[in-house]
Amino acid sequence: MSTVAEVPVVNTVPTDQELIDFVVREARLIDQQRFDEWLDMYADDAFYWMPLEWNQTDPRLTCSLMYEDKLLLSIRVERLKGARTFSQKPKSRCHHVLQTPQVDSRDPSTNSYVTWTPMHYVETRLDEQTLYAAWVTHHLGVENGRLKIKLKRVDLINCDAAFGNIQLFM
Amino acid sequence: MIRYAGNSEAIRALVREQAVHRDVYVNEEVFQLEMEHMFPNSWVYVGHDSQVPNPGDYYGTTIGTQPVLLVRHTDGTVHVLHNRCPHKGTRITSETCGNTGKFFRCPYHAWSFKTDGSLLAIPLKKGYENTGFEQSQAARGMTPVRHVRNYRGFVFAKINDGGLDFEEFFGESLTSFDNMIDRSPVGRLKVAGGVLRYMHNCNWKMLVENQTDTCHPMVAHESSAGTVVEVWKKAPPGTKKPMAVEIIAPFMSPYEFFENMGIRIWDNGHGHTGVHHSIHSDYSAVPGYFEKMTAAYGEDRAKAILGENRHNTVYFPNIMIKGPIQLLRQFKPIAANKTLVESWTFQLVDAPDMLLERTLMYNRLINAPTSIVGHDDLEMYERAQEGLHSNGNEWVNLQRLYSPDEAGQTNVAVNGTSEWPMRHQFRAWTKFMTMGM
Repeated sequence: MSTVAEVPVVNTVPTDQELIDFVVREARLIDQQRFDEWLDMYADDAFYWMPLEWNQTDPRLTCSLMYEDKLLLSIRVERLKGARTFSQKPKSRCHHVLQTPQVDSRDPSTNSYVTWTPMHYVETRLDEQTLYAAWVTHHLGVENGRLKIKLKRVDLINCDAAFGNIQLFM
Repeated sequence: MIRYAGNSEAIRALVREQAVHRDVYVNEEVFQLEMEHMFPNSWVYVGHDSQVPNPGDYYGTTIGTQPVLLVRHTDGTVHVLHNRCPHKGTRITSETCGNTGKFFRCPYHAWSFKTDGSLLAIPLKKGYENTGFEQSQAARGMTPVRHVRNYRGFVFAKINDGGLDFEEFFGESLTSFDNMIDRSPVGRLKVAGGVLRYMHNCNWKMLVENQTDTCHPMVAHESSAGTVVEVWKKAPPGTKKPMAVEIIAPFMSPYEFFENMGIRIWDNGHGHTGVHHSIHSDYSAVPGYFEKMTAAYGEDRAKAILGENRHNTVYFPNIMIKGPIQLLRQFKPIAANKTLVESWTFQLVDAPDMLLERTLMYNRLINAPTSIVGHDDLEMYERAQEGLHSNGNEWVNLQRLYSPDEAGQTNVAVNGTSEWPMRHQFRAWTKFMTMGM
C-alpha cells in the first residue's frame, strides 16, 4: 500500500486547505491501519467521542458508544496488535468515503478550528460487511507547528440502533 | 422435523447432570418452545417504574419474543399489556416510550383503550350490534399480562397463570436487588444515562452462563484487560490510576482471585458471583458518598450495605445485575442464534453524580458494541454457535466442581470457579420448559 506524506508543518495559522488535508489524511491512516501514526495526530489531552444519543450534549452523565482519552485509544491500538486478540483473527478492514470537509469555524486567537465532514464508513470482517453513515466534527489546534486533534466527534445517523461489533475507528 | 413439541421427555433428555445437549443452543424448535413455555412460566423483567413516572407514560419491550407495554395507569398503578390491537394485531404505540395521555388509540382504525388496556371506544360501533361482539376477545381490549409485580421499582411479569408466585420464584435472591437499591441514601433508583443495545449472533443462554463463568476473563480478555495492565505499567510512577484502569484491569485477576470470590446458589436458576469480594471491591471512594449513606442509615448499616461486593447476580431466565455499580443487563431472545443485549444503568437517587459517571464508564467500556471487552466475549459466543453444529460431539460440558448431591441444595456458597450455577440454570430451564407441557 502506498504511503502518504507526513503531516505538513503549518504556519501558526493553518489555511482551510491544510485543515481539509489533515482530516482526509486521518481517515486514510485508519484505512491503511497505520494506527501509531494515526494516534500521533491526537493531542495528549484529546478525546474521541461517539455519542449514543441524537444531539447528545453531555459525555459524562449520558452514555456514549465511545468517549475515550488518548490512554484508552492507545490501549485499543496496542490490542489490535496482540497475539491473543481473537476477535481480530482474522483482522477487520475498513474504508472511509468522505465528503469534502467544511471548515465551520476558525479562531486563531484561541488556536481553535472546527471542521464538519459527512462520511460513509464500511467495516468488514470475514463474510460480514457493514455500512455506517455519520457526520464527523473535528476540533483542531496547532501544537509545535503541527495540527492536532483536540476532539473528534462521530455522530452516527443511527446512533441509537442495536449494533454488532464495531472494532476499528470511524 | 418435530422432535420436542409436546414431548417433555425429549426436553428433559437434553439436560444431563454434567452436560447439556447442543440443541438447547442451536435448535429452532427448542427456541420456539422456550418462547411458548419457559418464558411465559417465568417471572421476566419488564422494566423499571422510573421509566414511566407519570400517568399515561409507557415503555415498549418484550417478554421472550412477545411485544408488551409497561404503562402507568390513570390511578398511578403500573400495568403490563400485550402490545397489539385486539382488532387486527397492529402494534399500538409508535415510539419505544412516551406519554399516551388518558388513552391509547390504535393508528389503524382508531379503536381506543384506557391505560389499563380496557376498551374505551370503537368508531361506528353500531356495525357490531347483534354480532355477538360483546362475547369476543376483542371486546375485552388490549390483553393485560395478569401477573405483574413491582419490586421496589423493578417490574416483573409472568404471562402464564401456572408456575410459581413471585416470592417463591425469587426467594432470597431478591437480596441482590435490595443491596443495589439500598445504595441510594433514600433507597430509590432511577434509570439514567441511556441504554446500550448490542446485537449478538448467538443463543441468549450463552450470555446468561457467561455471567457466572469465572474461568474466562483472564483468557478471553487477555487482549483487552491484559493490554490495559501492560499499557498502564508504562505510566510514570506516581500517576493517579484512572477510573478506566480501575474498571478494566481487575478482569486480569488470577484464578485464585476468582476461586476465592465464591459463588452463591439459590433456587430456580438464580445465583451470584462475588460472595466475599469481586472485581468491584477496590474502586476509589467517591467524595461525599459515605457521609450521605451514614447520615441516612447510620454507620454500621451503611458499612454493611457498601461492604457487599456481589459481582454478577443472575436472575433466571434472562437478566443479570451488578449491585455495586447499578447496572442491569437483559438478554433478549430473538432466534436460536440471535440475541439483543440491552445494558441499562441506574442513578442512585440523592448520591453524588460521580457514581453515575463511573457506572456509565463501566457500561461503555465493557458492554457497548464498541467495547473491546465486548468484542472478546462475542467472538467466543459466535465461535461456539458455529462449533456446536459439529456432530462429532453433541454435548456441552458443565462438569467443573460437580458434586452428585447438589441438585436439591439452595442458598449455598461454593468455590468461585464452579460451574454449579450453569448446571443450576439448566435444572431451572428444564423445570420451566416442561411445566404444563
